[in-house]
Amino acid sequence: MKILLIAEHNNKLLHVVNDHVITAAQQLAGEIEILVIGNECESVVQAAQKLPSIQKVLVANAPEYAYQLAENSAELIASLAKKYQYIMTAATTSGKNTMPRVAALLNLAMVSDVVKIISANTFERYIYAGNALTTVVNDESIKLITIRQTAFPKTKANSEKIAPVERITTVFPNRGTQWVSQELTASARPELSAAKRVVAGGRGFKSAENFKLLEKLADQLHAAIGASRAAVDAGFAPNDYQVGQTGKVVAPDLYIAIGISGAIQHLAGMKDSKVIVAINNDPDAPIFAVADYGLVADLFEAIVELEKWIKDK
Amino acid sequence: MKVFVTVKRVVDYTVPVRVKDDQTGVDTAHVKMSMNPFDEIAVEEAVRLKEQGIASEVVALSIGLPVCHETLRTALSMGADRAILVETDLDIQPLAAAKIIQAIARGESPQLIILGKQAIDTDHNQTGQMLAGLLNWPQATFASKIKVEKENVQVTREIEGGLETLRLQLPAVITTDLRLNKPRYLSLPQIMQAKKKPLQIIQASSLQLDLQPRIKIIKVVAPQKRRSGMKVATVKELVDRLKNEAQVL
Repeated sequence: MKILLIAEHNNKLLHVVNDHVITAAQQLAGEIEILVIGNECESVVQAAQKLPSIQKVLVANAPEYAYQLAENSAELIASLAKKYQYIMTAATTSGKNTMPRVAALLNLAMVSDVVKIISANTFERYIYAGNALTTVVNDESIKLITIRQTAFPKTKANSEKIAPVERITTVFPNRGTQWVSQELTASARPELSAAKRVVAGGRGFKSAENFKLLEKLADQLHAAIGASRAAVDAGFAPNDYQVGQTGKVVAPDLYIAIGISGAIQHLAGMKDSKVIVAINNDPDAPIFAVADYGLVADLFEAIVELEKWIKDK
Repeated sequence: MKVFVTVKRVVDYTVPVRVKDDQTGVDTAHVKMSMNPFDEIAVEEAVRLKEQGIASEVVALSIGLPVCHETLRTALSMGADRAILVETDLDIQPLAAAKIIQAIARGESPQLIILGKQAIDTDHNQTGQMLAGLLNWPQATFASKIKVEKENVQVTREIEGGLETLRLQLPAVITTDLRLNKPRYLSLPQIMQAKKKPLQIIQASSLQLDLQPRIKIIKVVAPQKRRSGMKVATVKELVDRLKNEAQVL
């Protein structure tokens, strides 16, 4: 039985999310190969060769793949699919973008955002913004799945073995889509979906300027900054800060929710965090129902005090 | 330019969802239903394209039970010109939905199809991408900005860590993200006017497609509840407990 993973990377670095997908793939007990689609991505290929449990690294390296567009990536993956029983990738924006297109090209149904592998064809995933958990059976000839990173731990360190590389020479051209530009939020802080600590703000901050008060605390804690949908909608924080079923799903060791009431859709994105702290001036805010430690307080005063006590600890 | 938008009838986002005791699904009886919020954004965007003189016609499409005509009436009230309901009582999964939309698009030849990025009931986030694949059209998912140029559409997408802009050759498929726009409120005259707009009904069975659900749903349960925690009195106590009890500082 063979499993193909689609690597998440930026042509320079392998993303840590691959380590979580490997853990999921290992549970299926098959021969695991990984496909790197990119351009001038040799450093990624070398890193992929050292990943644990990987038997082979397939490389599609061409200028046409520089931006990993869904159109020709999907054609490429579909052309390789017949050799595999599973094709897996992370449920990131990139995986969500490409995998359903692959499924359509192969006339296969697929399962998104898997949180548990129960058996070779049975999986668990959330529906209704995390308010219900469903068990599904996928009996398609090739099982296409995307994996929710936070539901599977990282695989153990790199292996001693170096996996062989197989180069794919057929290149699928870009026809209708042209990449124009990219604008990444510059930040020295850890990436939200991979951070060990997250401090998140909500509507309680009242303005974009006030929201910046989180930055000092985040830096002190080496934490990423998150936001509720309400804070994003109000323009306090950029959209890629959004934690929730329709934004990012995070599960850090420590999640500090400040001025967040705890709408269902936000809770769905963070309730698997190990320790949750809620700070809110409304004692009835639903966020307190999922918090390990709740503090009813004015958030602006609490932030100042937090900075002080964390510094003193 | 003809623009298609797809709308799904789902449990209203404000309704607390209850899982049925027999684990067969979520209780949707006597529950407020509305248009999937991401589809509302899709309709709003299409109507704005019409108001800007870019779209010549906006056609709203829904799939499901006869009651889905309500959702289509909402789309018509927002400004769509006409509506198509593909009637079926099957559990239509994303691949089947994509096939239906493809079949309708074949006869109608829209230049642009805008869908919500996911439905807030099943949360698959698949249909738009599958449709683009079936049609072999360019796709731009998670759109936060759409600008139609002559024969192209420039789309800014929400990706990990920021934004990406693509230029797609028309015809193309776009799925919406939250920040694309804020859907309008409906006025009574708009709602009244929408009642006169055409709504065509097509039986899904007449399309001769394989629409059977492929993914079997074995059970649906309520997620495990987090154990409830404690309230702390001061920030100092909070920091102490995080350090000594939870050991996360």
